[in-house]
Amino acid sequence: MTQTTPPRTLPDVATLMRQVLYALLPGTALLLYLYGFGLLSNLILACLCAWGLEALMLHLRQRPLPPFLSDYSVIVTGWLLAVSLPACSPWWLILISMVFAVVIGKHLYGGLGQNPFNPAMLGYAAVLISFPLEMTRWPDPARTGFDAAGLDALLAGVFGIGSLHWDSLSGATPLDQVRMALHGGKSLVDSGMPLFSWPRTLGWNLLNLAWLGGGLWLLWQRVISWHIPVALLGSLTLFSGLFWLLDPGHYASPLFHLLQGATMLGTFFIATDPVTASTTPLGKILYAGGIGAFVYIIRTWGGYPDAMAFAVLIMNMAVPLLDHYTQPRVYGHRHRWLP
Amino acid sequence: MRPARSPTPPACPIPASCSGRRGGLDEADPQGLPPLPDYTQLDDATLRCRICEAGIVGLGGAVFPAAIKLNVKPDVPIRQLIINGAECEPWITCDDMLMRTRADEILAGASLMLQVLASHAPDGKLTCLIGIEDNKPEAIASMQTALMALTLREGRSPPHTLRVVPIPTRYPAGGEKQLIRQLTGQEVPSGGRPADIGMICHNVATARAIYRAVALGEPLMSRYVTVTGDGVTAPANFEVPFGMPVGELVRHAGGMLEPDCTLNMGGSMMGMALHSEQVPVVKATNCIRVLRPLPEQAPDITLPCIRCGRCAEACPMSLLPQQLFWHAHARELEQAEALHLFDCIECGCCTHVCPSHIPLVSYYRFAKADIRSKRTARTLADQARTRHEFREQRLERARRERAEKLARHKAAVKQSPPTERNIPDDSGTAGVAATPPPAADDPRNAAIQAALERAQARKAALTQQEPRESGS
Repeated sequence: MTQTTPPRTLPDVATLMRQVLYALLPGTALLLYLYGFGLLSNLILACLCAWGLEALMLHLRQRPLPPFLSDYSVIVTGWLLAVSLPACSPWWLILISMVFAVVIGKHLYGGLGQNPFNPAMLGYAAVLISFPLEMTRWPDPARTGFDAAGLDALLAGVFGIGSLHWDSLSGATPLDQVRMALHGGKSLVDSGMPLFSWPRTLGWNLLNLAWLGGGLWLLWQRVISWHIPVALLGSLTLFSGLFWLLDPGHYASPLFHLLQGATMLGTFFIATDPVTASTTPLGKILYAGGIGAFVYIIRTWGGYPDAMAFAVLIMNMAVPLLDHYTQPRVYGHRHRWLP
Repeated sequence: MRPARSPTPPACPIPASCSGRRGGLDEADPQGLPPLPDYTQLDDATLRCRICEAGIVGLGGAVFPAAIKLNVKPDVPIRQLIINGAECEPWITCDDMLMRTRADEILAGASLMLQVLASHAPDGKLTCLIGIEDNKPEAIASMQTALMALTLREGRSPPHTLRVVPIPTRYPAGGEKQLIRQLTGQEVPSGGRPADIGMICHNVATARAIYRAVALGEPLMSRYVTVTGDGVTAPANFEVPFGMPVGELVRHAGGMLEPDCTLNMGGSMMGMALHSEQVPVVKATNCIRVLRPLPEQAPDITLPCIRCGRCAEACPMSLLPQQLFWHAHARELEQAEALHLFDCIECGCCTHVCPSHIPLVSYYRFAKADIRSKRTARTLADQARTRHEFREQRLERARRERAEKLARHKAAVKQSPPTERNIPDDSGTAGVAATPPPAADDPRNAAIQAALERAQARKAALTQQEPRESGS
């Protein structure tokens, strides 16, 4: 007499991860259009590093290779880092960030499912702190692409072959400009920020919309639940809206915050990482609300132009506490805080 | 009659009505249970007694004796009777078929139960809710028709209110706790029974069995069983006598499509694999599934939990299956209990949705069994310790009493005159020799003397009476 296991007709881990990769495609396509070879090299290098390091660590930890190498989770990590790092990132920068992400962030904690911190964001934060110059050199989209100039930029940027005048290529992102204007005491209009110039600002907006589209598809496919995106975007809108209403000359509008930087990528693909997010419904809302608040605080008053990585890592630390105190009421039990 | 193996652990032999060669007990004893056609006039104790004699148990799967469930403590108020017409699990249709074909008997059984419980209703009136899943329109229609006929028979003022309520089909809708929440919005307190919130819940098949036992004098000897699965020729519902081997039942349904099909008892979520065709149908058997062997494929690999929370979304008890899993996996049983492990109804929803293919329910079953065996061991150890301590105490008291006695003797010997101590004593007890001879005027002696005389007088009187009594 043996108990049979219920049938499994629902997606497994590999399917879920593949769906996340599909949802990343629209944004990635737009990035490829904007940065050409520069992003392609990022993607290839990051995924190769991720896969190789995963295999190495599984071998060192004496774990079976096939189930873990085919679950796509490390490819998602590599992909997320590839689209977060500046295009044309040097190969060693990608390698270092992947070592932090896969080796330290994931396997030293016990591998899939055990890591308290989002591996991709850990790798990103590590290289952002260690190599600030390389990490803020986003090439000008107008000067890269799938052409000869793009190839030159690729060789120079990634492998250090030939010479590349970064000054002529890179430019501050709109978030940088806003922050510098704010810190310099100038108003947004005086800083001469081109609000709708192609491809600088509008490119970022479009990119965020592309991530948003992919994220909505994930919601529709029920890969992610509504709690984290709604709470994160809601909290960011709330804080930015509050300060913008107080002083619209100094503080950027909610729409600007929602459609600039890594907002949508972080909301739908990074904060929703199930391993490192809170698991209870209320916990998810508090966790994502905290990320939204930290993103606004660091963007506005912090030392870095964008903040998604730090905000996610900070709230990752709060997850065990959130999970403990937000357990839902069990059937037939009284509520924890109600008589 | 050949003893058959029970499908539920521990596998013990069950003498059954149709297993192997007949040995004499083929039919119910015709004089055993006389029909009670005027059952509406009977009191609740008589009805409960009949239900008990007929061997009626809960046919939803829990097989709890129905008479005990209906025997509510006198001071507990009951307001509602819930009749469970929702199937236990996917694949099962035996209750559906029963409601389509025997709706009047089910309602008569429900009325009988209302009659038994009427004395517990504060105002003498009970509500009976019959919950049926909304994917069974024929069963709902059949029950509603029968209910209308019953209402017409009872006339203007029915003693109790009966209602058929369609409920959403969402496993585990047939679970007692889930059905009660769906129908009434109330929750059975953890560790409690539905009677704690004024409800009694019975399955439709139990209701029908009660009617047949009371009105027709028929003991529970058969039940509706679903035979289904992709490996059976003609899936159908059968009324099966208990004890029929599963293999024979499957042959009645046209047999297996392929010789190496596997047999399962129960639905797809909580069922059990049967290893023999000789396993008999028992009172808990609601479904036999015949499944084709799965095509050769890679073994199901379990990945680590990725904390996706799908299990928590699926859990009908709002538990946190993944936290329970971590604690059960690490054998941290106290923490698992603190997360209400024993509220788990083992429905299997979490295992069904887990993308990492973790057999979650198996972990919970294991942890529960572990905790139960530890509790038993602790109780036994406590009992042994109490016994040991009591024995130690007893020995200590005996030792003390002996020492005191010895000390008293020594003191008595010391007090007595030295001349008498030197006289050799036959009895060896210096104390007796030292006591002065009883005085004749002692009131105690007088009382003893009086009692002896009374006894002698009684004896004399008895010897005088005896010959007369034996002669009569």
